Amino acid sequence: MKHIISVLVENRFGSLNRVAAMFSARGFNLESISIGETEDPEISRMTIVTRGDDQIINQVLKQLNRLIDTIKVTDLSRQPHVERELLLMTLKLSKTTQHEIFELIDVFKGKVVDIKQKSITIEVIGSPDKINTSIDIFKPYGIKELARSGVVAIHRGE
Amino acid sequence: MEAMHTTGQILNGSEIFFECLRRENVEYIFGYPGGALLKVYETLHDVEDITHILVRHEQGATHMAEGYARSTGKPGVVLVTSGPGATNTVTGIANAYMDSTPMVVFTGQVPSSLIGNDAFQEADIVGITRPITKHNFLVKDVKELAITIRKAFYLATTGRPGPVVVDMPKDVLAATCPFEWPETVEIRGFKPTFKCHKNQIEKAAHKIAKAKRPLLYVGGGVITADASEELRTLAIKYNIPVTMTLQGLGAFPGNHPLSMGMLGMHGTYWANQAVNNCDLLIAVGARFDDRVTGKVDAFATQAYKIHNDIDPTNVDKNIKVDLPIVGDSKDFLASLLEEMPEKTESREAWLADIEKWRKKCPLSYTVEPDSLKTEFVIEEVSKQTAGNAVVVTDVGQHQMWTTQFYTFMNPRSIISSGGLGTMGYGLPAAIGAAFGIKDRPVVLFCGDGGFMMNIQELVTAVYCKVPVKIFLINNSYLGMVRQWQELFHKEKYSFTDLAESNPDFVKLAEAFGCKALMADNPETAKEAIRSALAWNEGPVVVDCRVARKEMVFPMVPAGGAISDMLLARLNPKTMV
Ligand SMILES: Cc1ncc(C[n+]2csc(CCOP(=O)(O)OP(=O)(O)O)c2C)c(N)n1
Ligand SMILES: [Mg+2]
Repeated sequence: MKHIISVLVENRFGSLNRVAAMFSARGFNLESISIGETEDPEISRMTIVTRGDDQIINQVLKQLNRLIDTIKVTDLSRQPHVERELLLMTLKLSKTTQHEIFELIDVFKGKVVDIKQKSITIEVIGSPDKINTSIDIFKPYGIKELARSGVVAIHRGE
Repeated sequence: MEAMHTTGQILNGSEIFFECLRRENVEYIFGYPGGALLKVYETLHDVEDITHILVRHEQGATHMAEGYARSTGKPGVVLVTSGPGATNTVTGIANAYMDSTPMVVFTGQVPSSLIGNDAFQEADIVGITRPITKHNFLVKDVKELAITIRKAFYLATTGRPGPVVVDMPKDVLAATCPFEWPETVEIRGFKPTFKCHKNQIEKAAHKIAKAKRPLLYVGGGVITADASEELRTLAIKYNIPVTMTLQGLGAFPGNHPLSMGMLGMHGTYWANQAVNNCDLLIAVGARFDDRVTGKVDAFATQAYKIHNDIDPTNVDKNIKVDLPIVGDSKDFLASLLEEMPEKTESREAWLADIEKWRKKCPLSYTVEPDSLKTEFVIEEVSKQTAGNAVVVTDVGQHQMWTTQFYTFMNPRSIISSGGLGTMGYGLPAAIGAAFGIKDRPVVLFCGDGGFMMNIQELVTAVYCKVPVKIFLINNSYLGMVRQWQELFHKEKYSFTDLAESNPDFVKLAEAFGCKALMADNPETAKEAIRSALAWNEGPVVVDCRVARKEMVFPMVPAGGAISDMLLARLNPKTMV
């Protein structure tokens, strides 16, 4: 099963490396990892997407906790949470497709971030599912390049 | 140790370094100088209250520090230069990590401004050692040095111990700042659980009282936690047999009727039978290593499993247990003793079964007047030292025979590379142990293969007059590999026969200035052991020319179920 794990770590050189290295050393699956500062500049939040059965996920959580630089480890999949991913994508543009592309951007509540004679760059934000669907839908128009941020997620407030 | 400097005093990094070690009560540093450490060695020249031991290879320093740490319970300290000095410590650090030994390794580093430039003698030792340390640090500012050293010792020794690396750039060691010593350390990401959960303890006590065939399976965690006393009380009061891992030997006295010796691949027949048949397995400070369990789905299948360990990652890692109890093993055993009811099930039938197994397949060997057996040497040393020596081993057949034929009476008595299985560990580890322990003999059993892997440290033992008693178990084979070749690899003895290439070990030892003896039969061995134990002016090597093709039994083939134990060479029967 897929799990989203949120990890608060010391905002210090090497923290990301320790986490990534632990995943590879122990053969855990690492689907995506994203990191950024929190409201406290000394602490960063990592969002990790991984897969495994309960026994593996429990080991992942414990091994993360065991790292000295990790402050708090939460398996968000076991609680109410929101998850988002950002997609940036450059598509081929032509007179014939232009119209449909604009309509689809609307459908996905996306935004145009740049437009040129023969290409258009758009952003889409949403759950990883929505991002996957949008990529499938836009594919026939010709994707020149795309980048995904990886998932960021957070516990829902009270 | 007396502080020499006061807080607020302006000191350079090197002076701060020694002042911190003083405040951490460091007695010995095992080290080797180099370019990045010149300032440190300049300061060291006038340091009188900490003894620096000049090793002959940095790997030797790490194993010495580990031998010192395991024999005393205090952290071992290593000091090496940048680049090759640092990379030479990697095996020793990995070894300490696998065996949870408290150790702090200080590495010199190129000046901060050159880091990342492929500077002369630069190695990213923090990157290299990340997966084999409990934690590591690069000190970027002299103001951070004292607090970092404090944290390093705290991390190395608290909870499940382990090695910590502190990388110190050359400019940091020369820069100055006012000295500040933090009395306490607070690391928000590190809060080990010491106290066991009360409900879980109650449950465990209940299960133990109700069990008809309980078995204690004890690992190095009991020794680290200094919990042998509690273990002894629990086992004896409630009649529970005790089997130990390599690192757990000595936690319970080996001559007690409840002692089952070691379990696992080369464990005793009766210990492994007990594992197969117990209805309750109480794992204390042990981690269900594959050398212990063999095939996991066939391990202790009839047992309800209780597992206590200080490190939560050890729980449910290799084997799913029924009752996990995270916490310090001393707290676990002491709390259990409080919760145990007066009345428990009778264990008479269970203990009788065990006696039957013990009689059925005892550990045995034959004594012949003109051939020397390793088992004889070990058993004789065990007798002559009354099981009270600190026994160090290298890795191989002699190591496994040591677990079988030395009767360990006390905790912190076996020092052996368990997790990593590092050949070359024994000699330096024994020297380190002898620095730590002065009131008991320190004995080393070492193979002829492994002896050559850190032979240079014999120099260290000689010039420091360290009275280690080295029993070189010389079968002129890489014996353990030869054993596998014979059993599982069609008798293709590829590169394991050392007879043609081994040196004359007596002459070799003498060239180092070391006393050397030779034994090749039971009589000469007895005599040599007596002389070696009586010689305390320095190290002594006894070249024990043992029978060459002996094999260690019983043996569970790798990955096999422990019920598929091989009991002897010629007609391998399996257990019934
Ligand atoms: C550094 C290292 N290299 C290789 C091995 C693999 N190995 C395990 S036991 C062994 C043979 C050891 O031979 P010896 O030291 O003579 O001891 P014996 O088994 O003969 O008692 C070898 C090569 C190892 N454990 N460590
Ligand atoms: Mg040998």
